[in-house]
Amino acid sequence: MAKFEEGLRYSESHEYIRVEGEYGYIGISDYAQHALGNVVYVDMPEVDDEVTAGEEFGAVESVKAASDLISPVSGIVVEVNEALEDKPELLNEDAFANWIIKVQLSDPSELDALMDVEAYKAHCNE
Amino acid sequence: MEKKTCLYDRHVALGALMSPFGGFIMPIQYSNITDEHNAVRQHCGVFDVSHMGEVRITGPDAERYVQHIFTNDVAGAPVGQIYYGMMLYPNGGTVDDLLVYKMGENDFFLVINAANIDKDVAWMKEHTAGFDIKLDHQSDFYGQLAVQGPEAEAVVEEVLGIPCSELKFYTAKVVGDIIVSRTGYTGEDGFEIYGSHEFTQQAWDKLIQSGRCKPCGLGCRDTLRFEVGLPLYGDELSADISPVMAGLSMFCKLDKPEFIGKEALAEQKANGVAQKLVGIELADKAIPRHGYAVLNMEGEQVGEVTTGYHCLSVDKSVCMALVKTEYAKLDTPLQVQIRKKTFPGKVVKKKFYDKHYKK
Repeated sequence: MAKFEEGLRYSESHEYIRVEGEYGYIGISDYAQHALGNVVYVDMPEVDDEVTAGEEFGAVESVKAASDLISPVSGIVVEVNEALEDKPELLNEDAFANWIIKVQLSDPSELDALMDVEAYKAHCNE
Repeated sequence: MEKKTCLYDRHVALGALMSPFGGFIMPIQYSNITDEHNAVRQHCGVFDVSHMGEVRITGPDAERYVQHIFTNDVAGAPVGQIYYGMMLYPNGGTVDDLLVYKMGENDFFLVINAANIDKDVAWMKEHTAGFDIKLDHQSDFYGQLAVQGPEAEAVVEEVLGIPCSELKFYTAKVVGDIIVSRTGYTGEDGFEIYGSHEFTQQAWDKLIQSGRCKPCGLGCRDTLRFEVGLPLYGDELSADISPVMAGLSMFCKLDKPEFIGKEALAEQKANGVAQKLVGIELADKAIPRHGYAVLNMEGEQVGEVTTGYHCLSVDKSVCMALVKTEYAKLDTPLQVQIRKKTFPGKVVKKKFYDKHYKK
């Protein structure tokens, strides 16, 4: 069974964002890692790259397929989770602990368009 | 609407991820692709390959007819011998790749790809003029299991009670109503077993209940065949990709008196082809997928990926790709465009992992 974490905001394409001040940690939900199966590669942007809400910023690859990562917010990448370069399977082990990028938000009002955990659970059960 | 094999309900009951393939709704994976892949490399796995098509050719001109439509040479073959080869268009493009089983004098059993069944049968029927043969399309009758892996012989003998240890690689025999052959599509030792739906269901249940044979989906079938360099029609062979381009000339016997496509292949062999299938190994872990662009070091597109994976048995990102012939030499540096980035690599042999056949 997929786990859901409270206090995060979720997108329809199964990314989450954990907001801390002007920064947000973006990753994929536990539901998403289950659906993907064994993650074998994470394609991440570079520090200082710009990301835009609703646009692709990288990809998560399972054996069979590549799935685009869609940014839930706009901003500047300030950090990428380098541990995923060597151990992409960390996303399967704990998708919420292993965020993918840390972004400086350029428009915090974009968060209002995202789902809370209850709405996201309902979205996954549709 | 996709067709179902006779094992559909069993796949659903096992919790398989089901997906359309070649006109059928097929199991892609039961647990996960990596575990299923490793089970076949290390122990034993069973695949439902009932989606494959079967055609029986009999009659006084059966051998002459098979020689006409098939690139390999079955003349004078012993009963039980199996040949891999292709059916070609006159221009050398590939109709399909297939196995031909010699079941008796002027009696052949042809096994074709699921996605090509209608096209192949129509093609065969179009070319029967002048041959006294009976063409019997049997795809709806036969189920097929592939039992693959180093323990396959023991599993088939002990769990299914089918003696098979004496079967040599690429030979078949009839046991009652079933056909069993030492063939497969994984690069491991193994057997393919053709029987009625009832037989196939009972054999599947015995194999799964024995606990000695992991149910394996088409996901790992693709990773297994890919890393030993076996082609998949639609990726490495197509109406636009001839066996010469794909490096499969050894299965096309140009010393045969004639077969459809022979002149075109002879011309390609003599004058060379514009594109060739190569292996490419990337320095990075990013995964090249079907359809991604292959670039030279100047950034100009020189080809396209046909199949690519992060190869499970050797832990490298590799692909097969169709590239302009001037870039097909071993060690040629090339790059693959993966989303927004390009990743450097080099041309390597198409076989990324050694086969372990029992011959």
